[in-house]
Amino acid sequence: MNYLASIGAYAIMVREVFKKPTKWRIMRALILKEIDELIYGSLGILIFISFFIGGVVAIQTALNITSELIPKYLVGFATRQSIILEFAPTFCSIIMAGKVGSYITSSIGTMRVTEQIDALEVMGVNALNYLVFPKIIALLLYPFIIAIAMYVGIFGGWFAGVFGGFSTSADFVTGVQLDFIPFHITYAFIKTLVFAFILATIPSFHGFYMKGGALEVGKASTTSFVWTSVVIIIINYVLTQLMLG
Amino acid sequence: MIEVKDIYKSFGDAHVLKGVSATFEKGKTNLIIGQSGSGKTVFLKCLLGLFTPEEGTIAYDGKIYDELSGDEKRNLRQEMGMVFQGSALFDSMTVEGNVMFPMEMFTKQSRPEMQDRVDFVLRRVNLVDAHHKFPSEISGGMQKRVAIARAIVMNPKYLFCDEPNSGLDPKTAILIDNLIQEITEEYDITTVINTHDMNSVMEIGKKIVFLKNGLKEWEGTNKEIFKTDNKAVTDFVYSSELFKKGSPDVYRGKELEARSLKNEKSS
Repeated sequence: MNYLASIGAYAIMVREVFKKPTKWRIMRALILKEIDELIYGSLGILIFISFFIGGVVAIQTALNITSELIPKYLVGFATRQSIILEFAPTFCSIIMAGKVGSYITSSIGTMRVTEQIDALEVMGVNALNYLVFPKIIALLLYPFIIAIAMYVGIFGGWFAGVFGGFSTSADFVTGVQLDFIPFHITYAFIKTLVFAFILATIPSFHGFYMKGGALEVGKASTTSFVWTSVVIIIINYVLTQLMLG
Repeated sequence: MIEVKDIYKSFGDAHVLKGVSATFEKGKTNLIIGQSGSGKTVFLKCLLGLFTPEEGTIAYDGKIYDELSGDEKRNLRQEMGMVFQGSALFDSMTVEGNVMFPMEMFTKQSRPEMQDRVDFVLRRVNLVDAHHKFPSEISGGMQKRVAIARAIVMNPKYLFCDEPNSGLDPKTAILIDNLIQEITEEYDITTVINTHDMNSVMEIGKKIVFLKNGLKEWEGTNKEIFKTDNKAVTDFVYSSELFKKGSPDVYRGKELEARSLKNEKSS
């Protein structure tokens, strides 16, 4: 029953976010600030993780090819497919649920605890539009960092494959180019956009409606990470079934 | 003037306000007092429109809140200023940014016009060198002044303060009380202050509403409170810091004044 009430409250929150917009001059500054915090601030960690995960995927694929009948270019092919279809959009979003989601919940939660949200509401400001809308707009740029993560992941695979002696550069590049289906990129970006909305709204929901003090802010961040990850995984399954199934 | 008629507010099974009526006058510092759990904060939040009472009406200069349209309610909100217990300053903004915020949100004034107004209100609350400091870089007393400056920057008709001097030393608390009273009289604002500080009651209690268990137990002025026979009020008054042994010297004058008012009544 509580879960149903929370889903209802979340839907009402999302509707409120788009009501009574804040002045554009102020909103523009808020959006730029959020792009800096949420997108630019996450670039480093995603590039770092993508490079090494790409490398690990390439090595593990190569080590599992034991038969001489399986061509070596499969390393590049498997790396590309894993990175584009799952690692970059889904795995990166789980990492973002930890990094960006916790930041969003704790920053909004702290504003709730210190009555800053009450102060906004007393002034007649739509606090949800002021706090959450810029995050949603900033995260529309999320597919750009996922595109970078895809590129870096495949490069990491090439690097580990070639310099680890698991594949030749030519084989790897052949594998990367083999049977390329452009719709897979579309699928990945559609998933990414849906995940971006989840990443902006679920942590905001947990921060905005939290009750209590500093300890509860920490608990809300953890709960928010768990629920954001769960929803991303479920939506990932649903979208995959709908678009590729 | 704010007129409250018979308001009720509950949270689940907890009945916090059980039919409170009161009138808060213009140009006066109106105090809501009572022990913790008496319903003061819920009452103040109802006045602010943050909580909706289940029954009863609240009228702001004759306009009943529940009968207003969405836009009228928003306009009314912009006529209210609020000083929160913990100041509630936006910690990502400087002092200047905090005070300018309501103007940026709701006016079409140019930057120099807003800057002039911010300089004026910050001077009015005796803060001249803190424009570019962040809330974390200033003292609690200064934070309260910034909160007052932010609350009055839009020339509000109604000013609400929740425990404005909690966490402040007695001297700073008196300065804040006096500042609120001066501003109330100067701009002819209806000010409602939620407090349990007897020093504030003595200093600025032009009109006092005493709440107990969600009901209005007593109503009067800071002179009358020491002459009442209401046991709940006298228990509250004489259990305060003001009358405790070893209380700060700054309270001494107030204590003597209170005792003389009480003696005046008994003689």
